Amino acid sequence: MGAINRLELINVTKRFPGVLANDRVSLTVNPGEIHALLGENGAGKSTLVKMIYGIQAPDSGSILWEGKEVRINNPRAARRLGIGMVFQHFSLFEAMDVVENIALGLDGSVSRQALNAEIRGVMDKYGLKLDPRRQIATLSVGERQRIEIVRALLLNPQLLIMDEPTSVLTPQEVDELFKTLRRLASEGVSILYISHKLHEIVALCDRATILRGGKVVGTCDPRQETPRSMGEMMIGSDLRDPARGQMKVEGTVRLSVTNLSLPKPDDFGVALDNVNLDVKGGEIFGIAGVAGNGQNELLEALCGERLSSAADVIKVDRIPVGQFGPTSRREVGLCAVPEERNGHAAIGTFSLADNATLTARTRIGFATQGFIDQDGADAYAAKVIQTFAVKTLGPNSLAASLSGGNLQKFVMGREILQAPSVLVVSQPTWGVDAGSAAFIHQALIDLADKGSAIIVISQDLDELLALCDRLSVINLGRLSVGRPVSEVSVQELGLMMGGSHGGWTTPAMEGDHAAKA
Amino acid sequence: MTITFILDALITVIGITTPILLAATGELIVEKSGVINLGVEGMMLVGAIAGFAVTFETGNPWLGILIAMVSGAVAASIFGVMVLSLGANQVATGLALTIFGIGLSSLIGSNYVGIAIDPLDSPFPDTLALDTFWRIVFGHSPFVYFAVFLVLATGFFLNKTRAGLVLRAVGENDFSAHSIGYPVIRIRYLAIAFGGAAAGIAGADFSLVISPLWAEQMTAGRGWIALALVVFAGWRAGRLLAGSYFFGVLMALELYAKASGFAILPSQFWAAMPYLIAVIVLALLSSRDGKGGKAPACLGKPFIPNG
Repeated sequence: MGAINRLELINVTKRFPGVLANDRVSLTVNPGEIHALLGENGAGKSTLVKMIYGIQAPDSGSILWEGKEVRINNPRAARRLGIGMVFQHFSLFEAMDVVENIALGLDGSVSRQALNAEIRGVMDKYGLKLDPRRQIATLSVGERQRIEIVRALLLNPQLLIMDEPTSVLTPQEVDELFKTLRRLASEGVSILYISHKLHEIVALCDRATILRGGKVVGTCDPRQETPRSMGEMMIGSDLRDPARGQMKVEGTVRLSVTNLSLPKPDDFGVALDNVNLDVKGGEIFGIAGVAGNGQNELLEALCGERLSSAADVIKVDRIPVGQFGPTSRREVGLCAVPEERNGHAAIGTFSLADNATLTARTRIGFATQGFIDQDGADAYAAKVIQTFAVKTLGPNSLAASLSGGNLQKFVMGREILQAPSVLVVSQPTWGVDAGSAAFIHQALIDLADKGSAIIVISQDLDELLALCDRLSVINLGRLSVGRPVSEVSVQELGLMMGGSHGGWTTPAMEGDHAAKA
Repeated sequence: MTITFILDALITVIGITTPILLAATGELIVEKSGVINLGVEGMMLVGAIAGFAVTFETGNPWLGILIAMVSGAVAASIFGVMVLSLGANQVATGLALTIFGIGLSSLIGSNYVGIAIDPLDSPFPDTLALDTFWRIVFGHSPFVYFAVFLVLATGFFLNKTRAGLVLRAVGENDFSAHSIGYPVIRIRYLAIAFGGAAAGIAGADFSLVISPLWAEQMTAGRGWIALALVVFAGWRAGRLLAGSYFFGVLMALELYAKASGFAILPSQFWAAMPYLIAVIVLALLSSRDGKGGKAPACLGKPFIPNG
């Protein structure tokens, strides 16, 4: 290239107690390049960029900026060099408005009027729409990310670090983000793009550095690679496609939902409007849809957090459970994993054993007559940890100490090992790396092959198409009729997710809904 | 009731409100940074005895106030080390600080019981405060003017300055503030020391002006009212000013009930009034959506940076 690298890392090493997070990592980023940093959870991506942004200091190795060795002691120093960062977990302040949040990310003192004008300038230039006076608490996730981006762009960065920016975005928002990033790159801004979503990297990036276990295991041009080949470099072995046993679509209906309607839970919620579905034993039923179209409300209605208007609206193995709470539904055999693993599926400040007790106590039988059998709880948690290869010290570790992917494996395992007759899961692989995602998919398939009925609610169409027997789309609280995966096209699904149902919304029964008692 | 009586009553109200306003302003800054310090009462007592002892020994009340401020800040910094550097529970540590302050002030104060000093006078010349009306404007101790200045300055600081924005950010989301690059722990130390200094001055107001002598536990629970006031005011400086004077009126009622024959109800009832009203108003405010004011999101939670 001849030109000087914008950023160069030489043999950067960072050790934490018990872990070598980065082991002699070297990489270069050119001006105007979109450079992917690819790796599984725990591969050391976040640690590496924290050192570039001055949040952590390397133990050894050097960082070169525009060819000169630099020492980045804190984020302020990084910003002074021209390095901006958009965090995976936003660093925003809920009770403040957009302008205040942006002002906090700048180093100098700027008057509110001047800042308002600057913000508008940047937003117009990059097509980022935002009302500067809105309070953060009222904004969607995509809008929050825009604030972070505007905040970073106001400093005219030469390098923008994006840490897993799309994990919380809808497909449309991802498109918008990519447009903005390409535009920035065309103006000479370098972008360091962290992700484990392979197809995004293929679509967006010029070069990729792949990390595994803290080491660089390869550099490649994503446009010359397939998602699969990069995925294999990332996990260091062949990616397994989920393998199905025999297709058992001829089973009996285990979950039946008839005319389920529920009002909005609050001002921001969605009302469920006449939802009908039947799922047979051995079947995996997928529910696609853009976030916020009633997925959470449906999960709450199915798992018993909200009761139905009548008992026979929801039936599990012909037992009317519509008026049962979650504990009674678990006893009957209906288990669920909500989308939010930390705080909803698990309590961060509880140990894994205590978290196991919360949902598995009756079905596994280690809390009878109101007393907890601690050995039983520990043994069950240990079994989940072992069976699902959860990386943790043991049943007494706090749930919050696990990485997102590991906690997801734990909560999935906790339900699956209870051998539920019906399992409802939402976003089973959200924020989970490819290796763990494949593992979770296989576990769901194995459970179905044993005769359970499974509902998978997900925004990831690839996941649903790979996993499910039948698919439907939820839009504004209405569920389309389920159709076999082989009969639906991605284009059709995309249109339906946008609200064009082509007559599918009629709550008419499918032909094979004979089991309605 | 004559005009003079009302004006006299007003002077009483302003006098007894001042230490509460000072201590509450300090606590407002502490809580805005995300820390709750229940040791206000203890820090006030430490300030009260320090201010009294120094003033008595040196004859210089200004030196007394300075030392009261410093000793309040030092007491607060002990709390700071415990909760910020050692990660101790804030509620328990704050209660311990109050008990410590009561004990320490009694120990030092045992030599000073029964001694009286001249109260600190108005900073304005007597000629300005000849009749009762002008006394309302010019006849107060310096503490009164300082307290009003401090709460207004605090309001300006919190809402109009960049440093105030950063302080609020630290109290709102410490992890975000840390990841952007603000020194969370250092900012909280400064806020805690400020709160201690303000409580120390409030204590000196008791022992140098309100009753210019030393008596054990002479602050008589006013530190707790200051704490309640911060919540009552919904963590806003303007409402803190108004709320303090409202409480001042209620407390003055007790004094007048005791002093005059105005004893329809026993004076204990009037003494309990401020607390009763506080509970009722708080319940009313919090039932009205959003109007009650939101606590800083990180209030009371320890911050342990993870790298």
